[in-house]
Amino acid sequence: MNEVCFKNLTKDQCWSLKVYEDSGGYSAWRKILKGELTPEQIIDELKLSGLRGRGGAGFPTGLKWSFMPRHSNGQKYVVCNSDEGEPGTCKDRDILRFNPHAVIEGMAIGGFVMNASVGYNYIRGEFMEPFKRFEGALEEAYKVGLLGQNINNSSINFDLYTHLGAGAYICGEETALLESIEGKKGQPRFKPPFPANVGLFGKPTTINNTESFASVPEILRCGGQWFADIGVENSGGCKLFSVSGHVTNPANFEVPMGISFKDLLDMAGGMRDGTKLKAVIPGGSSTPVLTAETVMNMTMDYDGIEKAGSMLGAGSVIIMNESTCMVEVLTRLAHFYYDESCGQCTPCREGTGWLYRVLKRIIDGNGRQGDVDLLLSIQNKIMGNTICALGDAAATPVESFLRNFRKEFEYYIKYRKSMVKG
Amino acid sequence: MISIKARNQIDVWIAKYPKDRQSSAVMQALKIVQAENENILSASTIQEVADYLDMSGIAVQEVATFYENYNYKKVGKYVIRFCHNISCMLNGADDLIKHIENKLGVKTGEVTLDGLISVKKVECLGACVGAPMFQINEEYFENLTVDKIDKIVDNLK
Repeated sequence: MNEVCFKNLTKDQCWSLKVYEDSGGYSAWRKILKGELTPEQIIDELKLSGLRGRGGAGFPTGLKWSFMPRHSNGQKYVVCNSDEGEPGTCKDRDILRFNPHAVIEGMAIGGFVMNASVGYNYIRGEFMEPFKRFEGALEEAYKVGLLGQNINNSSINFDLYTHLGAGAYICGEETALLESIEGKKGQPRFKPPFPANVGLFGKPTTINNTESFASVPEILRCGGQWFADIGVENSGGCKLFSVSGHVTNPANFEVPMGISFKDLLDMAGGMRDGTKLKAVIPGGSSTPVLTAETVMNMTMDYDGIEKAGSMLGAGSVIIMNESTCMVEVLTRLAHFYYDESCGQCTPCREGTGWLYRVLKRIIDGNGRQGDVDLLLSIQNKIMGNTICALGDAAATPVESFLRNFRKEFEYYIKYRKSMVKG
Repeated sequence: MISIKARNQIDVWIAKYPKDRQSSAVMQALKIVQAENENILSASTIQEVADYLDMSGIAVQEVATFYENYNYKKVGKYVIRFCHNISCMLNGADDLIKHIENKLGVKTGEVTLDGLISVKKVECLGACVGAPMFQINEEYFENLTVDKIDKIVDNLK
């Protein structure tokens, strides 16, 4: 446990340059500065490691980095997505607070591989403590000459800056994030072109999640094979899981991919007050909810969770016990997507509001016969019909809650009260 | 007028972006200007930011109304932003929000009569393993209970 991003978690001042360097930090970057590592070698190690994007999509990082036209002329950028805001997700905040130098080193390495001399870390506007920590780490790194122009006479340039958000979940979508850095509303761009060709300020750009960047230095230090072996096939390495909800000790756990759900639940102290497990959202609010029966034999890796009928997402495991009213939970999630829809695509802008209003009338005791089918029909018309994934993210919980807990919704409509809470 | 101090703060952000891309600093410029104006943005402050960054008024207005962190109505010296999303909800946030409303004699979205505190329900603040939680101005407070809230709020002066 805690082998990569959380390696130094228990040490005093674990965020400091000293602690980071004492545990081997910046050794990969220094090797690069000495000309001992080529971009091709780094991409090969990353491919071997099996590291997949930790922000939710799970795209292989090595492959993504290889897509950048590194030999093209002109400015290129690396961007870190620290706009963490998917309900249930709170791991990047801890990486920024407790291991900011790993993010800096990972981004610098990315800059070298993709021949990008400038990086931006987009940190959500509410994360002032992580922002200050990261800024402090940047200052340390500049001071000892690890960043800047012609670093250590290597002719390598890398300048890294923070950009602060201002409260919009949609900016976690990579092209909305780029729009936001450009000083605009965070409305996603139509793809193609992909950011690797036309990204920030119209230049080739690679965007990775905080945890992905923070994993890179350790992979290069210990080897891609070492990282791959920690996990299981198709899911290399370890992963941070944020376990929240009705558990005894909610926390972030960095554990090998492929551990069983049961073991993860045990690490969080099991169900609170000996209550019975009812449902689990395994990867953040936009991944399908699973029933207690389904999760008991599930392993926590990309394939394992997919086999159980959901997605690993950002590793945000939300645990619900038998006292949970699923109608209430879905209504709250529907409100979230309604609130956060950027308004660009009609199915999402109108559909999320419609979903919320129908659920709200059920909760208020004014549900109508046929509302369950109406909800299903609305979500079906959002799914796949929007520019970005927020539409699908809003539709997915509706479909999975109704599929797994339809009776609760029908009961609420018929008796105008919760089947669970009375 | 944007003060010299605020201009200097905005200039730090402008310096992070390529030449002629000063509009990238607009989100922070709005926050800085808002902080100087009792935490409220107005049509005139938005225009001042636009002028300073050489942007059109409407472009800044779009940003100022898109993001959640900007205010147009009076807020308290202390803004309590209470998360009511799933992990906090499962851990009793709704009851705690009611408690704080009763304690302060205001509803969410309102300001106490003395102008000291306002309360707002917000979406996920990314501290789910510390649920229930709220943010007061810049600071996060986690694992809240009625007692803990009372102590925190009573200390706001």
